[in-house]
Amino acid sequence: MKLNQVIKELGLGVKFKISNLDKEVSGGYASDLLSDVIANAKKGNVWITLQIHPNIVGVATLKELAGIIIVNAREPEAETLKKAEQENIPIMVTELPAFEIIGKLYRLLRGV
Amino acid sequence: MLKKFKADLHIHTCLSPCADEEMFPQRIIKQAKMNNLDIVGICDHNSAENVIVTQKIGQSEKIAVIGGIEATSQEEVHILALFDNVKELFELQEVIYEKLLDFNDEEVFGKQLIINEDNEVIGSNNKFLIGATSLSLQEIVKTICSMGGLNIASHIDRSSFSIIAQLGFIPKGLPLDALELSPNYESQTSLFAGRQVNPELYGFPLVTFSDAHFLKDIGKSYTIFLMEEASIREIKKALSGEDGRKVMI
Repeated sequence: MKLNQVIKELGLGVKFKISNLDKEVSGGYASDLLSDVIANAKKGNVWITLQIHPNIVGVATLKELAGIIIVNAREPEAETLKKAEQENIPIMVTELPAFEIIGKLYRLLRGV
Repeated sequence: MLKKFKADLHIHTCLSPCADEEMFPQRIIKQAKMNNLDIVGICDHNSAENVIVTQKIGQSEKIAVIGGIEATSQEEVHILALFDNVKELFELQEVIYEKLLDFNDEEVFGKQLIINEDNEVIGSNNKFLIGATSLSLQEIVKTICSMGGLNIASHIDRSSFSIIAQLGFIPKGLPLDALELSPNYESQTSLFAGRQVNPELYGFPLVTFSDAHFLKDIGKSYTIFLMEEASIREIKKALSGEDGRKVMI
């Protein structure tokens, strides 16, 4: 499934204008420990986290993730958005807590 | 004249809820003496309320006591903040207290005991010291710097509450004075994982301290500073290798 379809289906907010929303999403990974994401997330995953620190962009770039969904209506730091724009990493936000958005994403991607 | 100082700058007292209740300032100083430490640093979680009492006891026992706080950022990264003067230390404590919950359940998290010079419990702290502040790592480090304190990223080799575990790598431009390794750092791998991600960011001086929560752990790991006197000013010089001063781990 393409990222822009995920955004549409889940009603995610997109934090800035990005050009690569037609990326293919390979799956999802949920974690708030960035070292764990480095170790275990897979290329093309969309990453669900409550972390808003600029390092999330570095990790997403390194792991070639499809994008980052920030949960619980948390606002990414200004520096995070700046970096995300530079690196072209889509940052999406949702008011839902992680459990809810992960459930929806799982259903969407796995079609269950 | 330059002298060697054996320092363990990361010791908790019974004010930290996770520390052993035996960690009374008097016992800490006694244990430090037995281990031939010249300098101890008192760094409780998000509070400095047992610093002055430990400094007084240290003074009579000829052990230099540097006051500090182990602050918790909103990303749950632990940062040691150490100061020459308690004035700045308590200013930092105020900044932290404003961003910390007013609550502690000592049955669940542990007691937060405040001790006097006569070795008596005179009260307990009612902040959620084990919790995270709502200050970002950047804000904490900048605040410590602007107050003239020494800031060290705690136990960066550990898989919890360390800058590497929580944030994957050390953010560029973060003005840390040093990185702390745990007593058993040689067996840890996360440090190396972090270094792979961003090798150019690891130009920081390294130190090692005990992070003692129990009396038996005091001095388990220490750093030798070659410098003139036991002060943050001198330690900073040693960390940057100024005027012949240096650090040995």
